[in-house]
Amino acid sequence: MQDLLYFVQQLINGLTIGSAYALIAIGYTMVYGIIGMINFAHGEVYMIGAYTALIAITGLAAFGIAWLPLVLLVALVCAVIVSSAMGWAVERVAYRPVRGRHRLIPLISAIGMSIFLQNYVHLAQGSRNMGFPLLIEGGFRFGAADSFQTSISYMQITIFITTLVCMTALSLFISRSRTGRACRAVSQDLGMSNLLGIDTNKIIAATFVIGAALAAVAGLLLGMYYGSIDPLFGFIAGLKAFTAAVLGGIGSIPGAMLGGIILGISESMTSGYLSGEYKDVVSFGLLILILLFKPTGLLGKPEVEKI
Amino acid sequence: MLEVRNLSMRFGGLLAVDQVSLNVQEHEIVSIIGPNGAGKTTVFNCMSGFYAPTGGEILFQGREIQGTPDYKISRLGLVRTFQHVRLFNKMTVVENLLVAQHRHLNTNLLSGLIKTPNYREREQKSLDRAAYWLDRVGLLELANREAGNLAYGQQRRLEIARCMVTEPQLLMLDEPAAGLNPAETRELNQLIISLKEDYRVSVVLIEHDMSLVMEISDRINVINQGKPLASGTPDEIRHNDDVIKAYLGEA
Amino acid sequence: MATQNIKHALFCAFITLLISFPILGLNLESAGTTLELTGADSATIVAILVAAIVVFLFQTFRDSILTAAGKMPKLNRWSDRQPMPQEKRLKLENLFMTLIMISALIWPFIVSRGSVDLSTLVLIYVMLALGLNVVVGLAGLLDLGYVAFYAVGAYTFALLSQYLGVSFWIALPAGALLAALFGLALGFPVLRLRGDYLAIVTLGFGEIIRILLNNWTSLTGGPNGIGGIPDPTLFGMEFGRRIKEEGNISFHDFFGIPYDSTHKIIFLYLIALVLAFISFLAIRRLMSMPVGRSWEALREDEIAARSLGLSRTGVKLSAFTIGAFFAGFAGTVFASKQGFISPESFVFLESAIVLAIVVLGGMGSQVGVILAAIAVTILPELAREFSEYRMLIFGAAMVLMMVWRPQGLMPMRRVHINLQKQE
Repeated sequence: MQDLLYFVQQLINGLTIGSAYALIAIGYTMVYGIIGMINFAHGEVYMIGAYTALIAITGLAAFGIAWLPLVLLVALVCAVIVSSAMGWAVERVAYRPVRGRHRLIPLISAIGMSIFLQNYVHLAQGSRNMGFPLLIEGGFRFGAADSFQTSISYMQITIFITTLVCMTALSLFISRSRTGRACRAVSQDLGMSNLLGIDTNKIIAATFVIGAALAAVAGLLLGMYYGSIDPLFGFIAGLKAFTAAVLGGIGSIPGAMLGGIILGISESMTSGYLSGEYKDVVSFGLLILILLFKPTGLLGKPEVEKI
Repeated sequence: MLEVRNLSMRFGGLLAVDQVSLNVQEHEIVSIIGPNGAGKTTVFNCMSGFYAPTGGEILFQGREIQGTPDYKISRLGLVRTFQHVRLFNKMTVVENLLVAQHRHLNTNLLSGLIKTPNYREREQKSLDRAAYWLDRVGLLELANREAGNLAYGQQRRLEIARCMVTEPQLLMLDEPAAGLNPAETRELNQLIISLKEDYRVSVVLIEHDMSLVMEISDRINVINQGKPLASGTPDEIRHNDDVIKAYLGEA
Repeated sequence: MATQNIKHALFCAFITLLISFPILGLNLESAGTTLELTGADSATIVAILVAAIVVFLFQTFRDSILTAAGKMPKLNRWSDRQPMPQEKRLKLENLFMTLIMISALIWPFIVSRGSVDLSTLVLIYVMLALGLNVVVGLAGLLDLGYVAFYAVGAYTFALLSQYLGVSFWIALPAGALLAALFGLALGFPVLRLRGDYLAIVTLGFGEIIRILLNNWTSLTGGPNGIGGIPDPTLFGMEFGRRIKEEGNISFHDFFGIPYDSTHKIIFLYLIALVLAFISFLAIRRLMSMPVGRSWEALREDEIAARSLGLSRTGVKLSAFTIGAFFAGFAGTVFASKQGFISPESFVFLESAIVLAIVVLGGMGSQVGVILAAIAVTILPELAREFSEYRMLIFGAAMVLMMVWRPQGLMPMRRVHINLQKQE
């Protein structure tokens, strides 16, 4: 019984982290689907989202505003706005001018951008980690009081539900709205969409903005969940989210969700049964294995080499 | 020397090539013609090893080669050009030809690092061969230009020269006259005939330029919608009703 | 047109404010257990406003500014000069290299101890950059885990000396070969991946190796690292004040000169110099060999290269392995220079720095890469205030280089070959 409870606990932790990874992974997967590049700076956009949320929360506290829904809403809105602006600016400055050049060039530009943003926050806010207040406290507990108890915190439930809401909204947006249709058209054939009068520049910018907004949501959620953030906060999370995107099949939105959850669970199982130190090794190992044996991921479409 | 039997290639639900057969004798120019999208280039891609065909056999010198990796096929003496010229653009013209002779120069690292006499000798030989072919296609003056900066017709010729320095037995040309002006096409004509006459290679040709095809081909294969339609000498093809209907009639 | 321009410019200026004000203008400070928010000093606020205004003005008058910039006299007077003839250029280049070598040989005897030590570090980066240049610049494979091979070289020496008492001169080839072997083993499965996937996977490998070094405490000492790595010896002569190993004599006793700890530093510098020079020559030769040409061919057009009989895996693997080999070299020298190594020296940032060097210098260009290695390592030391902004500037420089000058500051020049007409 105890073992089972322990297992369920790891499962819950994995689902929580995994669904947050999925939110970040959307940014990688949509951008890759449309312009075929890895947006290396996406992890940094997520980190900036977390910082903005923390700044907003601290600012509200300074004015003595403590009504939880308001605080969360303001933090969320601020994070989403600033991250979206960042995503837009990054695309404009570092990616649009190099679009269509040799594959290496946008990739190096993206790495440069990632390093730049990391150090931008580092210089502005210092390198020390900042405590993130846990605004949503409490939770449910299962199991006898004298032995191991499985717990689900309200925070975890919040993360899970927020992710589901965001994912559903995104899917509806992609499948129903005009912009969503244009997005799909551009990811099928950029040149042709351009000829058909779709403003591809706008669509690509929109992709970056949507990805950045979802990353900002994840930044607020994971910031609260982990309880502290620092400028390197985005780097590893970005890699994890990228792994999730690849795992599920890059370019596929349900794939990102699936990949995120698989990755989250395998990580929490590693931490729970092996050692927390090796959880990164496991996720990188998973990434390498997937790329070697099924590079299109679980839900991705195979690519035919064109000659 | 080359025999293709009942070659089929399926991409998902699409049967791009269906039961195509083809054979090429020594010192012969064989053309494959057909409307756009007929599956000609797919046949080439199967023959040169870029695709593993889903059905049928390809025999080269009596050896089955279907499904063999591309680089191994070209080492057997079966090399090709591409519909859209594929040069090593940032490398110079002569370097393009030296890369192609890689396997003639396949020495170990150490002998190259210390430049043994044997290595020098082989290097000189491949330089001489490169110079010979550049002269042959009229690019010797441009040997040290970057390949990407050449005019289109020159790039086409360089691509053929790059194949020829590998000393192939069978050369596959994918629309070599595409984008050339009439004068350049005539030159190309001469070149392809000379490859057969003077250098004893067989040529398989995909081409849309009918005057070129009719003038130089020994035999012609017509493919339509992935299926073989007719084959024979240029005269036979010219008078074949099916072909006229499906292909020449269109034009 | 004009109103649209102004609308767009206003939007851009607003975005500039959005991305700079919250992060730069509002600073989080820990106050005990809670956080406090303080506004930045007025200089920062003014800077943010100025930035927004500059963006606004630029976007408003974008068209006229760009036309004006096009008409301006060229800043670089040499930009449309004819390239000099091949022979003259080669002579000049050789002369230049000889001069650099001579001054590099005299250098340690005229400058301070600290400068020599820094120069050794520069040479280590030169070796790393030359090696990565093979992988990224010539073969076009973006390796983001390059630091892993550097770590393999360093840890090989550290572990061999700790457990088996092996000396520098044996560890040097051993470290390089083991790094090459790692390159071979890691490269084999991943090299058929496409460019951007390869980048991520190599990054993952780099992190895995670092995490393993950090956690395999029984072997590597974990985060505490390994110390007491011996100095190199010169024909059995030691550079310490006292002899560590039976039968050796010390350098100062042999020559009858007083002990000076600088001797060791200079000696290490000279070793690094010779190794860097050997790397330079070896790679330069490789570039004009069939293997070097096939690297570039594969970078330029993989399909064409395959159609000419080049095996994709074979060619990529050779580049990966040779690049790793030079990283192993550099790692061994680094271990010996520091006398102590820990996983902290082998983080992703190091890979990024070496990549920045290759990109700034000009992918494929050896002279460019060497100059960039010198600049990137020395500049932060010269200007201390600058060192804080070092990575920020590197990042920005990488983006700007890709946008404006992807061929680097000193692009690679192709070697011309004289051909004789054949009959």
